[in-house]
Order: sequence, then structure tokens, then C-alpha cells
Amino acid sequence: MTRTLTLVRRRLVGSIFVLLIVVIGAFLLLEAAPGDAVDAYIVSTGGDAGMIELLRHRWGLDQSELTRLANYLWALLHLDLGRSVTFSRPIRDVILERLPTTLILMVSATALSFGLGSALGIYAGARPGSLRDRFLSVASLALYAVPGFWLGLVLIVIFAVDLRWLPIGGIETLASNKTGLDRAADIAVHLVLPVSALGFIYLALYLRMMRAGMAEAWRQDFVLAARARGLSRRRIVLAHVARNALLPLVTMLGLQSAQMLGGSVVIESVFAVPGLGRLAQEAVAARDTPLLLGIILTSAVLVILINLLVDIAYAFLDPRVGASEAGT
Amino acid sequence: MSGFTISRRTMLTGPAMLLASTAMPTLGWAQTPKKGGRLVLAADSEPRNLNPAIVASNGVFFISSKIVETLAEASFDGKDGLAPRLAVSWEGAADGLSATFKLRDGVKWHDGKPFTSADVAFSALQIWKPLQNLGRTVFKDLSAVDTPDDLTAVFKFAKPTPFQLIRNALPALSSVVPKHVYEVGKIEDNPANNAPIGTGPFKFGEYKAGQYYRLTKNTDYWGKDEPYLDEIIYQVLPDRTSAAAALEAEEIQLAAFSAVPLADLDRISKVPGLKVITKGYEGLTYQLVVEINHRRKELADLKVRQAIAHAIDKDFVVKTVFLGYAATATGPVPKNDPQFYTADVPTYPFDVAKANALLDQAGYRRGADGNRFSLKLLPAPYFNETKQFGDYLRQALAAVGIDAQLVNNDSAAHIKAVYTDHAFDLAVGPPVFRGDPAIWTTILVQSGIPDGVPFSNQGGYKNPALDALIAKASETLDTAARTDLYKEFQRQVAADLPLINVAEWSFISVASDKVGNIANNPRWAVSNWADTYLAG
Repeated sequence: MTRTLTLVRRRLVGSIFVLLIVVIGAFLLLEAAPGDAVDAYIVSTGGDAGMIELLRHRWGLDQSELTRLANYLWALLHLDLGRSVTFSRPIRDVILERLPTTLILMVSATALSFGLGSALGIYAGARPGSLRDRFLSVASLALYAVPGFWLGLVLIVIFAVDLRWLPIGGIETLASNKTGLDRAADIAVHLVLPVSALGFIYLALYLRMMRAGMAEAWRQDFVLAARARGLSRRRIVLAHVARNALLPLVTMLGLQSAQMLGGSVVIESVFAVPGLGRLAQEAVAARDTPLLLGIILTSAVLVILINLLVDIAYAFLDPRVGASEAGT
Repeated sequence: MSGFTISRRTMLTGPAMLLASTAMPTLGWAQTPKKGGRLVLAADSEPRNLNPAIVASNGVFFISSKIVETLAEASFDGKDGLAPRLAVSWEGAADGLSATFKLRDGVKWHDGKPFTSADVAFSALQIWKPLQNLGRTVFKDLSAVDTPDDLTAVFKFAKPTPFQLIRNALPALSSVVPKHVYEVGKIEDNPANNAPIGTGPFKFGEYKAGQYYRLTKNTDYWGKDEPYLDEIIYQVLPDRTSAAAALEAEEIQLAAFSAVPLADLDRISKVPGLKVITKGYEGLTYQLVVEINHRRKELADLKVRQAIAHAIDKDFVVKTVFLGYAATATGPVPKNDPQFYTADVPTYPFDVAKANALLDQAGYRRGADGNRFSLKLLPAPYFNETKQFGDYLRQALAAVGIDAQLVNNDSAAHIKAVYTDHAFDLAVGPPVFRGDPAIWTTILVQSGIPDGVPFSNQGGYKNPALDALIAKASETLDTAARTDLYKEFQRQVAADLPLINVAEWSFISVASDKVGNIANNPRWAVSNWADTYLAG
């Protein structure tokens, strides 16, 4: 237990530096993009020189880059993310409103790709080289090669337009006043297509890793020992081969979380899901620097937390890993 | 002017539609208006500031014109193209120093307080003139608004101001907001900017960011038996393909502002229960324009500009880029404008040989590689069509030996590159004609505009004769004389080509057959929808 605590403490201290680098880096990158929030705003309104000057002053864009970065970091030190110029609301509120949606989408999609991917991987890896193994490999790779938005559109055309089994988009029925379980069921129905589109793409990754891990494990001595003990094939596959092949997948889970956040930008747009990914896209188009910094910071915290959880889980699953890091 | 109006409904066809200024007041769908129902429609952007008195833009009007009303609305058959809203009559003084508005009696704000001339005075002086994107120009000489009684507002101008201009500005620039809500605190920070309070047929319900806006029926509306609908829901659909899918799945009943891409219209017009409508946007005409940086010595030569104009096949652009849903342009006023347009201007028929000859005469001979000179071409990214026209223009210029290098930016970067940094040689822009050249058309060619003003002359063009003409028109009070000056303006612009007008287009609606009273005024999508209904 103390070992885990040491790990957590070390990670948290390191994270502060990571976050600082992320914020400053993102700020500089955004400043390098041509045009500011006022340029983005006047695209839809037009306006004379006086109005533009007024807006730049109101939004604090007449200050130097350094002043703005210093102000932002100073506010951040007080856990204040600032105000969004496009929403005219505190950024914390804007992000918290969207975060649950993206988390549900990510967790469900990860569960789908991890769960189904590893199950199919076990199924394929139980008999390496068999027909079902080859079929699954090809099919999953084909899915992996498909662009996310295209898969999303195809799902919409089939299941929402032609069959009308599922809604075309959104996170819940508009202005329906549903509460409690009704609302949860409503959200679940709306999530089926986006989660499938996002999850199926990454399914191949877990399937292939599981399968490769199993092919490796079959050659290990402990499998031979299990066979010699006369265990059933099913038991060998599940308890010995698959279990050992699962470890690298847990590592993958942590790395994958960052990629999922990126993939959700596209899926959220196609399915009109009001999540963080779409918010980030809007923030870039609107040059809403503080909002985008807030989103990047939130994502960075999420990724750090997930990887920390993965490491803790790993330390429990495989004591050798935790020991080596905490011991140095 | 090929079909701007492709539709499976014969009642909508007819090539004269774009020119229609006095068309039928309502389209006779074979249905009787019915009360009640929820209209769900697609919204592709989410304006945050919903106060149309501050932000006079189509994106804001699309939602808030149902909540906050203007003094008058555009009309197909009304006098001077107007229909009364909060004002019932209006008259300009002969000296151009005042304009009197008689206001509607018995109108209440959504919070129950009565609407009076004080609200009009407050909106005009405290918002339109100092804060509104367009009002800052049109109402710059407004000095006071007298309110002799609750139903009379007299606008006083410091300098003679043509009443024709004020009248033409009414539909877009005269949104009236309640004084009692806005007089406390800073107007820009007022919470009502995000949850507007108006006099319109619908009240603001709620806004869920990224999901929807909901408007609910105003049961105290001044219009007799109006509105018909109980609710309007704007569903936010950021992906353009999903609007078409949502219509087909019957999840929404209307997609306005060309939310369905042009390429999908042919297919979707064949879906039973859906109709494609090209009417109802006559007052919102966009112009496809080649903006020119006259600081480039080649482009400062009139012969080169004429050659570029001759190199563009406008009919091809209308047919290919706009799939027929547009009209070719002759000058800076669109053909469908009922007051100012004149066809009597120099024209530049498509003629590659002539374009090549003009460039030779100008002294820019083809080099060994076949090119005369290179240009940076920046197509505005706001519309698919402006980007596609950029691709076309590159090819058209290549045919006359001009090597155009495309630079593609996103909106904010494009605005900065063209209007602040002037880092372009040619740009493709979509300025909007706003019913009167003085509102935001003359600024496209006038000199002396400060750097950074978007959609203005940032190409360094300077023509004292044209500047004098613009100045004279802006202070000419007589409507006929003023109109003639703007006809002369069109001739001079077409002759000297400070920019090249290529085409004019507007938006398309796709709606369920059940939606009634669609497109019954020239600014329908941004009007109040008091009479819009859903048949059973």
C-alpha cells in the first residue's frame, strides 16, 4: 500500500510540471495561429473600425501576449480558468457541462472496444491460424482502416434514416422533460450509434494485441505444464493463456484514452453530441484561447489520471512493475 | 439567369423568381392553417449573443427575430417593400433632419410591461447608434429621438439623412429591446443578451449549448390569432450531412439557410413529403466577388482587371459551382433588388482570346513557362461555393497565363490576411447586399477605410471620382435622384472594376410538406414566423 502511495505522490508532483508545459506550449501555439477572437467573431457580423477596437478592448486582446499569459497563469494558480469570450460564461461551467457527455462516450466506447476486442481476440487466439482467426483479423483491420466520420454516416443512414431504429444524433430527446431512469434509457439509446462508431474503430487494436499475446503465451512453459497436468483446453485458454496476454492490453488502455479524446471530436460532430471534442473544435474556430486552454488542461488531467489508474492497476496485477518504480 | 428555382413544385419554378419584387404574398399550399405543434429545425451555428439590436446578423436573426421585433419587416407587396411591425407608419421630413414613426398600440413586452416610444428611443440612441455592427454606420448622424407621446418617436439627425436609407435599413437594423431591462448596468453584459426579452410572437425558452434553442408561444402577442405554433426548437446539427439525414428521418421539419448542401438537393427533392424552396431569401442576397489588391502593379492596370473579368465564365460558375441556384452578376447591386439595380453597365462576356490580347497590350507577355505573372489567391472559407469558385478561378486564370497560387485559411485567418494584413493579390469574398447600397455596399470600393475593417475596400483602391459620387449619394435626399446616383455608381464600378462581381445567390430551404406559410416574405428565414404553421 505504501508503495502505491509513493507512486501516486511521485506522479502528482511530476504532473504539475507536465501541465505547466502543456499550458504554456498550447498558449504559444494558439498565439501563432493567424487571427484572434475578434477576427473570428466579425466574420459573421462585420463592423467598423471603432466597433472592432471596442471588442478588442472588452476582450482584453489589446494587451500583449506576455501579459495575457501571465494573467492566465496567475488566475490558474487560484484555480480560475477565466471567462470564455464566445460563451460570455465562466469556462469552468462551460467545460463541466460538456465533460460528463464526453466521459460517457469515451468510457462506453472504450468498454466496447476493449471488451469485445479482447473477447474476440481470445476467440481468435484460442486457435491461431484457423479460419475464424484469419477472418476476424481481416474484418477488424478493415474497420480500423475506415475513417470515423464515414463509419458514423453509414450507421446513420442505415439505422436512423432507413430502419429508423435509432435517433440520428444528439445526446437525448430535445426538450423532453424526461427524468431518472427514463432519461438514462433515452441517453443510452442516443449513445448506441456514436459509441459503436467510436468503439468499432479501436476494436481491431485490442483484438490484434490479445491475439498476438495469446500466440506468444501458447509457447510458454507454464502452458506446457498446464497441459501436462491434464487441464481442459478451455481452462488453459482462459486461465493461463488469455490472462497473461491481458497485461499489455491494460497498458494500451491508458495510452488509448488520449487517442479516444481526439477521435471523439469527429464523432461528436457527426452525431451532434454536445461534448468536449466539439467544444474544442468550436474554440479553435472562434480563437477562444482561454476556453481552448481550459479544454486542453482538462484533457491533460484526464489522461494523467487514467494512466495513473492504469499504473496502480498494473502494480496490483503484476507486483514486479510497481516495485521497480517505487524502489528507485 | 438559369433556374435559381429548381423544385419539383411547379408553383415555385419560373426564371423570373430571383427578380420577383412583387410576388404572391403567400404560397398556396393545399392546407388550412392549424393551431399548435412543435416545429423542429436545423441550426448549424450557435450565436451566443442573441440580441439583434447589438448584433444585426443573419445567424442571430434566424433565432431572435421570432422574439425581438423590428419597426418594419420586408414584404413582397407592401409599399416600398415594407410591412409594418412595431411601427404602423413612418415619414421622413423633406429636409432629411427628422423622421417620424407612429408605433403600434397595445403591444406588451414578454414580461408584461407596455411597449412605448421610450423603448424605441433607448434602443436607437443607446444601442443601434453606438453598439450595433451596421447601425454605427447608418445611424451615425442620429442626434436625438423625441417622444412627444407613448406612440410617437421622432428621430432627429444632425446632418440631412436620406429617408430612403432609413426605410431600407428598417428590416435589419431596427430591433427594439426593452428600456426597463437594459437601462441598468452595462448593455453588453446584460443577461437578456443571452435570453432575449422582446415583443415577438415567441418567447425565449431555453438554450442548451451544443443541443438546442427552444422558443415558446407568446400568448399575449399583438397579432390577432398569432402565432400558430406552440414551440420552435432549433436543433444544433454541426455536420451538414446530418441535416439532410434528420429531414429524411423526420426528426426535423425544416432546414433553412442551405443547411442541406446544394449537391444533395436533387436527391432530397425526390423524397416523398419533402419540398425544396428557393424563395424567401430575396432580401438576403450574397454576392460572389473577386476582391483585388490594387497595390500589386499588375492589378492596378485596368487592362489586367478587364482581362480577368473576361477570363471568368459566369454562366459556367452559376451552372457548376452553384448547380443553377444563383444568377450571374453585372455589378455591385444584385439583379433582384427592386429599387437600385440597373443592367445598363459595361459588361465583360467570357472571351479568353480577348483576355489574352488585353494582357499582351498591358505588356505582360507570356514567359517561357507560359505564365505572365503569379498571384496569391485567397478564397473565403465561409461557404463551400466560395472555396469551389476559388478552384475554378485558378483554372480560368491559368488559361490566360496568370499563375494563381491558392492559399486556404480558416475564417479568422482569412479575415486577418485579407482585411488587416492585406496579404493577398486576389481574394474571393461573399459580401451581402443589404437592401441599400449605403448600408454596406459602397464601403467595398470607397477609399479611406481604416485597416482591419472586414468586408470593406482593403485593396488599396482609390478613385476620387467614385468617392465623390458615393459622398454625393449619401447626402442626396430626393429618392429618385438618389436612386439615379446609385445607378451611376454601378456603371462606374463596372467600368473601372475595383472588384469583379461574378454571381449572386441566396439560400435554399428544405421543409416537410406539413410546414405552411413558408417563404412569404423576402427575409422569411429571419422574420418572425407568427403565421407559420404545421398541418396535421
